[in-house]
Amino acid sequence: MTQKITTGAHQAVDPRLAGLRRIAIVPAYNEVGAIESVIAEIRAVDPALAIVVMDDGSSDGTAARALELGVEVVRLPYNLGIGGAMQAGYQYAREQGFDLAIQVDGDGQHDPREIAKLVEPILEGVADMVVGTRFAGGKHYRPPFARRIGIQIFAAVVSLIVHQRVTDTTSGFRAVNRLGIALFAADYPHDYPEVETTVLVHRHRMRMVEVPVGMRTRATGRSSITIFQSIYYMLKVSLALFVGLFRRHSPPVEGE
Amino acid sequence: MTVRVSVVAALAALVLLVVIFELIRSRRLHERYAILWLVTGGIILVLAVWRDALNVLADAVGIAYPPSALFALAALFILIVLLHYSTVISKLADQNRILAQRLGLLENKLDKERRRTEVG
Repeated sequence: MTQKITTGAHQAVDPRLAGLRRIAIVPAYNEVGAIESVIAEIRAVDPALAIVVMDDGSSDGTAARALELGVEVVRLPYNLGIGGAMQAGYQYAREQGFDLAIQVDGDGQHDPREIAKLVEPILEGVADMVVGTRFAGGKHYRPPFARRIGIQIFAAVVSLIVHQRVTDTTSGFRAVNRLGIALFAADYPHDYPEVETTVLVHRHRMRMVEVPVGMRTRATGRSSITIFQSIYYMLKVSLALFVGLFRRHSPPVEGE
Repeated sequence: MTVRVSVVAALAALVLLVVIFELIRSRRLHERYAILWLVTGGIILVLAVWRDALNVLADAVGIAYPPSALFALAALFILIVLLHYSTVISKLADQNRILAQRLGLLENKLDKERRRTEVG
């Protein structure tokens, strides 16, 4: 990494970020208890990082709380699921002409202090999408057994498809450049998009890099995944991956 | 015995056709979604009345009792109709999602504009 400038109370902001319009897309569904600290943490890391909260049909006043904090809020009229909400977020980023978009979950599990690590490969010009992984690089994250098996199976399958070792296919902590923003604004998988986006990016001949990051356990709220949803998740993602192999993909999209 | 089966099947097909017609007439069913149903009802009606055709068909696919072929065919058409509806629902869901996304982005823009003019 290059040298950094320290700006007062804030953490050092990479000088290469100067002139790059960057935005944190924060998907939130009933996260009124966590959204405030998430926004505060993002601001502390990089004051020039725009924030848009994608309120995915919350009923607990998440959107109102976010508006009070002075960030942009896009309220979806009903719950679309993480896929639909994130796609709208990328559409927002594309419309507003952002160069860099970082996805930070509204539940507080992603530590904004790790954003610098996520952005690094894009700044170096070696990646179009960077995924924060909980597994590579000696991080000690051990999910429950069933979940671990599922993650490992998908990691193995996806690694085979994209000819690249992928360790964490379920991480939603990621950053994309203009190319990634344009692709995801136009085409984003439904329901549980993380695994499929990795393949999608590969199929569009874009470059994906994993970066080890620490993640926290959820601050508040409940995990959105139950046992039946897990089974549905496995089936749905498997089907999507399989069918996706036979789908024709358009050539790489150009940033606007 | 088998004549009775033919009569019942023909009556059922007729009722189906009349109901579909009435639904279209009262604008509760779009023509584009009714066509598959009309084809289904029409084919059942034709085969119920025209026994020779049904016999040939049953013989060709190895069904010993011709009226069974009639109901197998009806079941097949119902499957096709259901599958067709699944594609229709998927399309509607996609369109719905796009609308929701556009609405969210537009409302954000509108709010921003409103705040700007209130301040200014």
